[in-house]
Amino acid sequence: MMLRVLQGMAGLLLLMQASMASAVLTIEIIGAGEHQIPVSIVPFGGDEKIAQSINEVVTGDLQRSGLFRLVDPTGKSPHVPAEVNFPDWEVRGAEALAIGTVAAQNGRIEARFRLLDVVKQTELIAQAVSASEIQVRAIGHRIADMIYEKLTGDKGVFSTRIAYVNRQEKKFSLIVADSDGHNEQTVLAQNDPIMSPAWSPDGSQLAYVSFETGHAVVYVQSLYSNQRRVLANFRGSNSAPVWSSDGKQMALVLTRDGSSQIYLARPDGSDIRRITFSGAIDTEPHFSPDGEYLLFTSDRGGSPQIYRMPVKGGPTERLTFGDGSNFSPRHSPDGKNFVFAHLNNGRFYIAMQDLQTGQMTLLTEGGWEKKPSFAPNGKLILFASEGRGRGILATVSSDGRVKQHMFTQSGDAREPVWGPYP
Amino acid sequence: MRKLVISIVLVNLLAACASEPKKEPVAEAPAPAPVTKKAEEPKMAPAVPAKAAVDPLDDPASILANRSTYYPFDVAVVQEEDKPLVQAHAKYLSENSNRNVRLEGNCDERGSNEYNLGLGQRRADGVKKMLELGGASAGQLESVSYGEEKPRCIDHNESCWKQNRRTDLNYAR
Repeated sequence: MMLRVLQGMAGLLLLMQASMASAVLTIEIIGAGEHQIPVSIVPFGGDEKIAQSINEVVTGDLQRSGLFRLVDPTGKSPHVPAEVNFPDWEVRGAEALAIGTVAAQNGRIEARFRLLDVVKQTELIAQAVSASEIQVRAIGHRIADMIYEKLTGDKGVFSTRIAYVNRQEKKFSLIVADSDGHNEQTVLAQNDPIMSPAWSPDGSQLAYVSFETGHAVVYVQSLYSNQRRVLANFRGSNSAPVWSSDGKQMALVLTRDGSSQIYLARPDGSDIRRITFSGAIDTEPHFSPDGEYLLFTSDRGGSPQIYRMPVKGGPTERLTFGDGSNFSPRHSPDGKNFVFAHLNNGRFYIAMQDLQTGQMTLLTEGGWEKKPSFAPNGKLILFASEGRGRGILATVSSDGRVKQHMFTQSGDAREPVWGPYP
Repeated sequence: MRKLVISIVLVNLLAACASEPKKEPVAEAPAPAPVTKKAEEPKMAPAVPAKAAVDPLDDPASILANRSTYYPFDVAVVQEEDKPLVQAHAKYLSENSNRNVRLEGNCDERGSNEYNLGLGQRRADGVKKMLELGGASAGQLESVSYGEEKPRCIDHNESCWKQNRRTDLNYAR
């Protein structure tokens, strides 16, 4: 698998094995952005004294984005602006330089950091970030987000979280983790399948499908209190929950009236009303960011394809044509594109299509790649893939240039979905 | 008398095991207790036909011992070769109104999990409809789908996939 990807990427290739100290997972990065910004991150003064290196989190985040080239700071270790000799860094090819100090006090950790423009010799950011000791990785993610935004112009997503299902033999766990796969928290663990996790727009709740009562039932669970409620438990299958971006309504799929059809409901499960009437399988609804449209998968035309309909009713249009079948559509955060899983000749690809032009682009080389979802900044797409014979999490940049594979320690990672900004 | 009952139970257990080696671990969970009790007479079991007392559902020679229908890729209608099986179950259910069966639709992994959940439901509903037409009453039947979530076989090839594209008739015990 790895070898094949490498061959496919021959030419512009950068392979890094970032094995984290806590060894929760291994991350492989393949490819590089078109314009990589050379930046040097000097380990913060005092970083070696805290349990989790902030420097390691920041450099890991920036590396994985594929948009930065990390310039080795060895031999120089300025921590405050007065210690910086800009020509030292210009010689090494760095355009930006991050320096700072970190200290622990009363169970809290505070990092004071600065981002400097090496060429203009100016200060771009001067900021203090603090958190409790157990959230030290969050400090690193926050700093990486600030550096990313300042240098690329796009908002960073390193502080966001992802949800996925881990399957180990017959044991299923619903997991929430940081966007880099660390800091895993188990939301639900059981011996029956769990599928289709979905984030509430404020990130406080997860909806999901559980088979614990013998059939597919949709639950909504608070990530703070862990309390949960049944959203839909009708006869047959209840599935595919998703929130509208304003959080005021949800779409889901029920078979209570026959085949899988799409329904709208209030987030408390009330006011359930059917909105598709095809008699085919209509599933995987996803709201457009403005809440006006739903993308969904349907086999009403013979094979499973992507369709779009106005939420308030009106003509439904088919969006995907050509060879193969298509599944799991998700709008980009700006509403201009959608990603989906494309099945052709026995291989699954992650694909993206422009809603305006209808132009479809394959973002991956194909394999067993399913269930894509955009990062909230629209720059990365998370999906389920396979590596070393296991289900893994993977991301690809929205231009298809940078890919990474995240290997969890054991079991199959499935059904990933990227959460909102915190 | 007590002895006879126990040996019939044993016959039934053996029959169930022989006909379905790879399925229904849950339904057979209570098995170990009587088997160990009866360990001193292992030879007797196969020799006793005990026909009259055996529910035809437990007769390994009956068509009813077969409890799965199979499908081509992305197809949900009951295939010709499986129709006699479904019709036999319909007849049995119509004659045994105290019996309930769960129809569990399953799919291979070529599709999204959600699409396959819909396809598995359609497979189970297809069997349910045929059972009703054959005389079973709706109250005896429940159709559910596991989509691709409970595969019998997990390799990415057709020999595996064809085992996973099925509806199981799972009788309540």
